[in-house]
Amino acid sequence: MTATDAPLQQPKIEWQIGRVLAIVAETSRVKSIILQPSRWSGHWPGQHVDIRLTAEDGYQAERSYSIASPPEEQLLALTVERVEDGEVSPYLLDELRVGDALEFRGPIGRHFIWSQTRGGPICLVAGGTGITPLMAMLRHRKGSRPNIPASLIYSARSLADVVYRDELDTMARRDLNLRLVYALTREHPSDWNGHRGRVNEVLLEEHSFTREQNPTFFVCGPTGFVESISSMLVTLGFDPFTIKTERFGPSRG
Amino acid sequence: MDRPPVSRGFKSRRQVSEAARLPPGQYLTTDFPVLSAGPTPEIRVADWKIALQLGGSLLETWTWDEFEALPQTTITVDIHCVTKWTKLNTVWQGVSFDDLLKAVGLSEPPDAFVMAHCDGGYTTNLPVADLVAGKAIIATRYDGLPLAPAHGGPARLLVPHLYFWKSAKWLRRLRFMPRDEPGFWESRGYHNYGDPWREQRYDGD
Repeated sequence: MTATDAPLQQPKIEWQIGRVLAIVAETSRVKSIILQPSRWSGHWPGQHVDIRLTAEDGYQAERSYSIASPPEEQLLALTVERVEDGEVSPYLLDELRVGDALEFRGPIGRHFIWSQTRGGPICLVAGGTGITPLMAMLRHRKGSRPNIPASLIYSARSLADVVYRDELDTMARRDLNLRLVYALTREHPSDWNGHRGRVNEVLLEEHSFTREQNPTFFVCGPTGFVESISSMLVTLGFDPFTIKTERFGPSRG
Repeated sequence: MDRPPVSRGFKSRRQVSEAARLPPGQYLTTDFPVLSAGPTPEIRVADWKIALQLGGSLLETWTWDEFEALPQTTITVDIHCVTKWTKLNTVWQGVSFDDLLKAVGLSEPPDAFVMAHCDGGYTTNLPVADLVAGKAIIATRYDGLPLAPAHGGPARLLVPHLYFWKSAKWLRRLRFMPRDEPGFWESRGYHNYGDPWREQRYDGD
């Protein structure tokens, strides 16, 4: 046997050119890039794409970005946070213009995914731009089965750092089955009556459904955040098999 | 697509000295990112055992102390994660796959493939040819220190010439099997073999 005797050979996920249709400033450090794929056969909420940049001398850099848009939409939204001294994110935030071609391929990954056919409840826990794949899940839920019980616990440094804040607030106001909780770790308005500081066990237990309801967890954010949240959930008695995680950083984006 | 289009305004950061050690699409990192599918399990070495299995029958199990008493191998290698980072010159210590076979009196592997089983239900599949002849160890130390839980401690598989998801964390059992079967990521869109030099990241690459 040789290594290429793969038991399941799938078609290659080919590189393709997307056209940048819009660039939306989300916060001071985050933008969403709205991309028109040349072909797209759909995706699961939670999947990502790889982006590849090519310099004139042929040098290439690749990075992964989660898809923020739901499968119901024809356009792809990628939400990108600036990584200081990064080589791809500063390009996407500062150089890329509407009308540019952007090489990418996807969708990728079949673990950190959710669709309405899987039902609920779902408990989403986001640290910073870890909200991105979870936003695809919430947008998909809203467009398909908004009666599925869901909660989002979203940790951000300040209100100004909350990505998609207007959309989330509007979504939660109109939806009794969606619970939205912000945890602000550094700055909060003087009249802030939400959670102050990091997400802790008390906050998690209060908003993560009961063990009898058997929620599925999707935890996405920086490594330390995901490590801390997922071990708290295990301590609270949730089955590790129901906790799906996606960690990013610390590395250059 | 024959030649990728030039990204207008994108400047090269080619580093000539290290370029030869970077597989296509990878970038260098100096920190050590953590990626796993679920929570990090808490494993006490007092409760820990590792097993070698042939089909349905158990060849051998080792407790932590027994495993630590096996011959130790130290290797310095570059590691390549499918999420694009590469880390150079990482130092690992543990028991080589070859020494594990010797410990159970096998002069050659009984089957052509191995499934690695881990705490948390994670699995990954490998051709035996990629484990023997010094290609793989079961690592218990990184940089001279006991392997941290987030990095797969107490023991992880280390197969540095393949993408790092093949170096399964929290290893508990190696099972020989006559035919190849996909493991956890391999049945969720990732490449069955995972050679970074051929950029075999995903299904069909």
